[in-house]
Amino acid sequence: MPGFDFSNYNRNAALHARGVPLPKATSTGTTIVGCIYDGGVVIAADTRATSGPIVADKNCEKLHYIAPNIWCAGAGTAADTEFTTNLISSNLELHALSTGRKPRVVTCMTMLKQHLFRYQGYIGAYLVVAGVDPTGTHLFTVHAHGSTDKLPYVTMGSGSLAAMSVFETQWKPSLTQDEAVKLCADAIEAGIWNDLGSGSNVDVAIITAEKTTLRRNYIKPNERTQKLKSYVFPKGTTAVLNEKIIHKEDLSKFVSVHELTEESGDVMEVDA
Amino acid sequence: MAAMFSQNPLMNGPNYSISDTPRINAPEGAREHRFDPYTDNGGSTLAIAGADFTIMAGDTRLASGYSINTRHYPKLFKIGGTTADQKDATIVLSVVGFAADGEALKERLDTICKMYRYRHGKPMSVKACAQRLSTILYQKRFFPYYAYAILGGLDEEGKGAVYSYDPVGSYEREQCRAGGAAASLIMPFLDNQVNFKNQYVPNSGEGHALQERERRPLTRSEVEVLVKDAFDGAVERHIEVGDGLQIMAITKDGIEEVMLPLKKD
Repeated sequence: MPGFDFSNYNRNAALHARGVPLPKATSTGTTIVGCIYDGGVVIAADTRATSGPIVADKNCEKLHYIAPNIWCAGAGTAADTEFTTNLISSNLELHALSTGRKPRVVTCMTMLKQHLFRYQGYIGAYLVVAGVDPTGTHLFTVHAHGSTDKLPYVTMGSGSLAAMSVFETQWKPSLTQDEAVKLCADAIEAGIWNDLGSGSNVDVAIITAEKTTLRRNYIKPNERTQKLKSYVFPKGTTAVLNEKIIHKEDLSKFVSVHELTEESGDVMEVDA
Repeated sequence: MAAMFSQNPLMNGPNYSISDTPRINAPEGAREHRFDPYTDNGGSTLAIAGADFTIMAGDTRLASGYSINTRHYPKLFKIGGTTADQKDATIVLSVVGFAADGEALKERLDTICKMYRYRHGKPMSVKACAQRLSTILYQKRFFPYYAYAILGGLDEEGKGAVYSYDPVGSYEREQCRAGGAAASLIMPFLDNQVNFKNQYVPNSGEGHALQERERRPLTRSEVEVLVKDAFDGAVERHIEVGDGLQIMAITKDGIEEVMLPLKKD
């Protein structure tokens, strides 16, 4: 099933012993939460990705698709959460096809924990698994070493303490959808403000028996402050060695060109 | 020692080389004892000297690890005034690194400046204060103050003066300097915008004949804009910088202080 390539292991161990530092992976710092309510489940995440003390991505997506009715929030090593959820998503789809049944959240959780346990924590994926299946509404956490929890409200990542403090003071056994979304968003915000590993925006996913609604950038409490001055340089400020202009129309003969819109949240931030 | 001066405490953690991993097969009964007296409290500072002024700035976040200890911890201190509120002071010291050492360093330098005034009946010049600060730092050469200091004021001719230091007392007078966690993010911006580095006059020649953009002294308002923009930029990309911005402007009329908000995430 999974195929990791260990052919560079001995070379890297030798280099490492000679003082070459390990490459640094992105993420680790994150706030992710989940909460069950009457009629479904809500998961939420912040959007900051870090590499040491540097912000690597200010608006990344930590809510991962597993199946139409199952979603995952990921903390830990960015690449591990991405590839692990992708792998389990694929295998779960094959499983659903061969059994002719809708995928179940327990199945997903079991596949994740067995995969992660096999790698003894070296796959640094810390996940919140949530979904609604024919057996009901479910919410789990899966740790990198393979342990799991089943709880009505959960938090993970470096901001988990900040977020859990919100749940422990405001959670109640019966919640409406709006209350659950507000509670999860508040918990993420607690992480954004009080945990240095978390920041920027709040993403929310609401899963019910009928449908899943992904609210990308549900709250944006950290809009970039406008620069006081324009830092546009006159052309020729640095030497122009040569110039070649390719028009977008010509380029689209070879590749498909998409216009990014403001609403998609994928537009690059540029100063005036 | 190299690790101690690293700007990044997270990098010092799990990234050790195998050659200096903790010994697991040490002799029987041998146990490693350690004393870790330093913490990196993050934050960043900045100073720019003008023709007749010096602007100094620092963020007000006090962090350790992934936690914020307080959102209002000033890094700029007035030095050598005659009163407790330092209202007649003419020199400013900024410190980043380990906050406790910064505080101790500030107290020492302030006391020395006050003693100088009582003994000689005149305030200390920035030049003298700068040299004295270097001596204080070097006195602790083998148990250093973990602090990156910048000293600002006006020189004997009334021109802006900025002196920057490493933790063991090596110092230099400069036009501008950024210190602390986001120094590596802010300093290139300053080189480009204050000293016009890497900027050439368009169409002034080919290759080495290309003419560099001529330097000119910046006005106070121009510098204040650069300081605000530099910190807004640093806040976007460094997790330890944020919350508040403390700015001090040193002129012949004294020291003006302003506090501005920064992003809090």
